[in-house]
Amino acid sequence: MPKTSSKTNPARELVFGDLWEYDPAPETADPKLKPRYDLFINGSFVPPRSGKYFATINPAHETKIADIALADASDVDAACKAAQKAFTNVWGKMPGKERGKYLYRIARLLQDHAREFAIAETLDGGKPIKESRDFDIPMAAAHFFYHAGWADKLEHLAPGRNVAPHGVVGQVIPWNFPLLMLAWKIAPALAAGNCVVLKPAETTSITALKFGEICQEAGLPNGVVNIVSGAAETGAAVIQHPLTTKVAFTGSTEVGKSIMRSLAGTDKKMTMELGGKAANIVFDDAPLDQAVESIVNGIFFNQGHVCCAGSRLLVQESVADAVLTKLKRRIAVLRVGDPMDKNTDLGAINSREQLAKITDLVKSGVEEGAEKYDNGCKLPAKGFFFRPTIFANVSMSHRIAREEIFGPVLSILTFRTPEEAVEKANNTPYGLSAGVWTDKGSRILKMSTLLKAGVVWANTYNKFDPTSPFGGYKESGFGREGGKQGMLDYLNVG
Amino acid sequence: MPASKAPTSLRRLFDEIGTVDQVGIEERVAKFTTRSLKKKSKVFGLRLAVSMVDLTTLEGKDTPGKVASLCQKALRPHDIGDIPPTAAVCVYPAMVKHAKKHVGGTSVKIASVATAFPSGQAPLKTRLAEVHAAVNDGADEIDMVINRGAFLSGEFGRMQDEIATVVEACGQATLKVILEVSELETYDNIRAASFLAMRVIRPNDFIKTSTGKTSSNATLGNNQVMLEAIRDHFLATGIPIAMKPAGGIRTAKQALHFLIAVKETLGDEWLNNRRYRFGASALLNDLVRQLEKERTGAYQAPWNFSEATEGY
Repeated sequence: MPKTSSKTNPARELVFGDLWEYDPAPETADPKLKPRYDLFINGSFVPPRSGKYFATINPAHETKIADIALADASDVDAACKAAQKAFTNVWGKMPGKERGKYLYRIARLLQDHAREFAIAETLDGGKPIKESRDFDIPMAAAHFFYHAGWADKLEHLAPGRNVAPHGVVGQVIPWNFPLLMLAWKIAPALAAGNCVVLKPAETTSITALKFGEICQEAGLPNGVVNIVSGAAETGAAVIQHPLTTKVAFTGSTEVGKSIMRSLAGTDKKMTMELGGKAANIVFDDAPLDQAVESIVNGIFFNQGHVCCAGSRLLVQESVADAVLTKLKRRIAVLRVGDPMDKNTDLGAINSREQLAKITDLVKSGVEEGAEKYDNGCKLPAKGFFFRPTIFANVSMSHRIAREEIFGPVLSILTFRTPEEAVEKANNTPYGLSAGVWTDKGSRILKMSTLLKAGVVWANTYNKFDPTSPFGGYKESGFGREGGKQGMLDYLNVG
Repeated sequence: MPASKAPTSLRRLFDEIGTVDQVGIEERVAKFTTRSLKKKSKVFGLRLAVSMVDLTTLEGKDTPGKVASLCQKALRPHDIGDIPPTAAVCVYPAMVKHAKKHVGGTSVKIASVATAFPSGQAPLKTRLAEVHAAVNDGADEIDMVINRGAFLSGEFGRMQDEIATVVEACGQATLKVILEVSELETYDNIRAASFLAMRVIRPNDFIKTSTGKTSSNATLGNNQVMLEAIRDHFLATGIPIAMKPAGGIRTAKQALHFLIAVKETLGDEWLNNRRYRFGASALLNDLVRQLEKERTGAYQAPWNFSEATEGY
């Protein structure tokens, strides 16, 4: 029982043993992968001019999946020129109604190929198949459907004023939601009439390049979408190319800052969606079981590789013990393992580097005196895995309370009054998202105005929708993606 | 057991037991439906479900003959294979003595609805008399309905006292307390009624979702509210309460989803027919059909199983 323990009988524990184990339930369909992926420039797949490729691996087995083309500055230049040409000759002048048809077609094709994309995403990125199947791919298609609708209604975005596309947009996306981040970027850009040069993350290029195949199948005019895979230098080349008049970046605050420095003095437009250290605030009147479920969903979704993950749990002192007990019991039934198994809740950490970063921060948490719990489950012998981990008795000065871990690690802090909760929640350089759990409606409204975060979820967490703008305050970036606000960021308003 | 500490307002009860968020709990149960059961784990689940069925006939046209064939079906759900018997047969009080002839002395228990099922709208004396009659005729288990009128008008003490009196009337028989969740409507009410009932019944007595006689019956959502109430009550008091969803569970797939909820909420100690039951009739044949499919590798022709429960 949540609040009182007036009964004197000793509490007993539940048994989550092996009486009824789930057998392996692997997804086995063919993801239709190629052994080698070239760059998608001007409507066709072309080898990189340098002839260089790099391997992309499956983080669950540490085995190579395919060779990915490494684009250098000359490839990026070709892509930007193709985009500029497509913008000038075709896409920029095409009526919105016609552009919308292409977007609808892309959305439908993503649905047609959903299964193969889901498997490719899981193979390359390590996220559980049930998440790529039930979230990433359907949500990516939803973004194309939603933005297709805007294509012929742009004048309603800013009534009485003129709106015009920027031209060529340079986009750089992260590895946590490879296809979904591509959709968040490309769908509004195309709906607004821009052409795109996009660089996927180094460890997760496959679905972006497969998206090139979708563009071909949809008959999208050549050069409207260009995908250049590679490492940081490739991204820098995209961002700094003189033809890209607008830059959209999602990734770490560190890289975001260096991009902004490199673009200082230019007149390029920018949107930045950077890191976060979100506070998920649980008041004593909250429905605790559902709050716990949202905490789990907030931090362990996608192995915690989520910029808006609820990584700082702020619990009112009077219910802190109850919440911790419930959390421990809940993570006992979380299943970590083969991402391709349909029953896996937490898959593989995306890369060896990320695993090292998580391990290091968890070590610092222990050293700084926080109490660590994990579910003690068995991890696969190969691959990059990390148990769902909870830290109790964390204080604001601990590294695990300040730095973005980007892994399945939750830090629990307590508060006594709503003022203290707001103070602690806002005491961070970030401001991407926050959560509030309370049965009291008026408190939700008050908290949502006081929390300095781009998204505040009330009595839920990690809910996304194409109609809802997403983006940050402070060092979590600026600009919005999704909704009317997201569309406006891809247009010049005159 | 007197219910002297019964709270007088729902608000005060919620301060003690906490509330339920509808969106959150429905999100939780949706995850149970994405679990994928293969091979041995599927067969284990299906057999477990068969052993948990309270095979039910509750109709005005029930006859000794119908009850006899129901009992045969419960004892031996299929003519081939080694499918276990069901947990119990569930009949009206007048049919208990007929069921006794067929399943008496076997592992299959006789459950009888009583207390003016399904409405409960009869004088307490009449309801208790019905319980006594069923127990005297040989019922091992009594499925009672709570006084929803008392609950909804805030008379929690009365509702609890009535349950406590039925507990006494049961004697050795196991009691199942039907909350009739569709008439309580909200998850908050279901949680509140679960706690009120659990505080006056004995270890391994049941709380049960529905009579099966109203528009909506057992769902994964209200099953989960009750499982979590059982869990919280158990952890606070050490008293294990059993659970029975009833009505609306017709397919093997649904039954497996309910069992996954049990596995991931209450754990191994509830994965048996002393702690978890399905009140169902058509479900049994679908479980048998799926087990036969696992055994033979192919779906058998529909006429190998009778679709209608009339055909047992």
